[in-house]
Amino acid sequence: MDLLTPDFGLFFWTLLAFLTVFFILRKFAWKPIVDSLGEREKGISDSIATAERVKSEMSQLKADNEKLLAQAREERTAMLREAKETRDKIVGEAKEQAKTEANKIIIDAQHQIQQQKMAAITEVKNQIGSLAISVAEQILRKQLNAADGQEAYMQMLSNDIKLN
Amino acid sequence: MHKISKQVMGIKRLFSLLVLAFTVFGVSYSATAQTEGNKTEAANLPAEGKKEENKLDVAKVIFGHIADCHEWHLFSIAHQGGEPTEIAFPLPCIVYSPSRGLFCFMSSKIMEGEGYEGFHLEKGAMKERILSFDGSPLYDLSITKNVLSMFISVFLLLWLALSSAKMYKKNGIMTAPKGFQNVLEIIIIFIRDEVAKPYLGNKYQKYFPLLISVFFFIWINNLLGLLPGGANFTGNIAVTACLALLSFIVILASSKKHFWMHLINPPGVPLGIKFLLVPIEILSLFIRPMALCIRLFANIIAGHIMILAVISMIFIFAVLNRYVGVVFVPVSLAFSIFMFLLELLVGALQAFIFANLTAVFIGQSMEDPHEAEHGHVAEGHH
Repeated sequence: MDLLTPDFGLFFWTLLAFLTVFFILRKFAWKPIVDSLGEREKGISDSIATAERVKSEMSQLKADNEKLLAQAREERTAMLREAKETRDKIVGEAKEQAKTEANKIIIDAQHQIQQQKMAAITEVKNQIGSLAISVAEQILRKQLNAADGQEAYMQMLSNDIKLN
Repeated sequence: MHKISKQVMGIKRLFSLLVLAFTVFGVSYSATAQTEGNKTEAANLPAEGKKEENKLDVAKVIFGHIADCHEWHLFSIAHQGGEPTEIAFPLPCIVYSPSRGLFCFMSSKIMEGEGYEGFHLEKGAMKERILSFDGSPLYDLSITKNVLSMFISVFLLLWLALSSAKMYKKNGIMTAPKGFQNVLEIIIIFIRDEVAKPYLGNKYQKYFPLLISVFFFIWINNLLGLLPGGANFTGNIAVTACLALLSFIVILASSKKHFWMHLINPPGVPLGIKFLLVPIEILSLFIRPMALCIRLFANIIAGHIMILAVISMIFIFAVLNRYVGVVFVPVSLAFSIFMFLLELLVGALQAFIFANLTAVFIGQSMEDPHEAEHGHVAEGHH
């Protein structure tokens, strides 16, 4: 039974010591430690949240990049195709133009040749005419040198007049 | 990998420390018992009648070790055929007599049964107490073995906790904890998340310092009590009564109207049963702190008695036959090491249970009407 009767002295010292420990530790140990732990937990969860956000942002960025790249690739093919088309068009146009130009030149040339030809023919005709006149003049002069020639001519001319 | 091997080394070191401790404990014990044994042998020769008073009294030895004492006894050195030399520290006695005033003196003045300043020490079977010769009442506030052991543990706890708290300021909060900070952090987080928050809800911050202080106070004293030559502080009813009284005061102070209404007028109970139930409820209010008190006291004292009894077996057998006693040494040591390890567990477990039940009872006394169902589920059955 002795064991179950509390001693006053020990009770008193325990109360005193426990309350002292309690008040000291509450103020100088538990409060700062619990606060620090809370802060650390908050810091860690914040860091994790930040990391998650950065990760999602990174993946977003990556997706954006991929999209941009795909777009760029598409644009490049489109541009290439367009360039090819333009080139073909230009080449075709040039060919067409050259052809028409050539045709025009040919037609012009033909025209000119024709003209030249006509001119040459006219000149030849004129030359032939003047030659014929000069030949006729020569012949006439020769024939009319003699008196009977003149007479014959006169005759002939009067014959013509008579005929009229 | 490196860390694990370090931990293993730590455990090995702890183990060898335990073995060493028990060896020392055992040796100091054997010294006492040797004397007793010698006495028995010596007594055998002259007269049969003398045998009785010199017999090995295991109960006396055990209760001598677990009881509080006005000196700190370490061990005895046996002398062949003579009185053993007791190695013990005297401790200061502080006695307050309402009629004669305050007295302070060293316990060595009264330890041998002589009187000093009108006081003398009465040694009972399980306890010793200071009495005045004239029978006048007195208050014994002596720094006994238990009180001194508690002071040591309190300084240890203050030093460990305050130095750990300083580490947060010194190293910043985002660095990994070091040393005792690790232990502290694990326990603080465990008590906070597994005890305070579930039972006390959002008001846990108000009661958390009490719970964690109670836990560490009991735990560190349990551990110090396990050291060889240590005091049986938490296995003393005055200590556990003091702690239980404090938690009872907190339980009452935190109680709300709902709790009292439930106690005095339980709803949904027929009138006849109410007459039966209300006294039981009121009794249970007082039984809770008493259970706290007795649970801790009984667990720790039982552990101490078990270890002492297992070691005493060596000497019980040695009295029968010296060689049987020697043969029994390893068995007894193995048992006591097992008991010691068990007590390490019990020491932490009882500290946790005390804090946990305090939280449970506080939670019950402050529960709100709409949370009532919750609280009944949370009631612990330890």
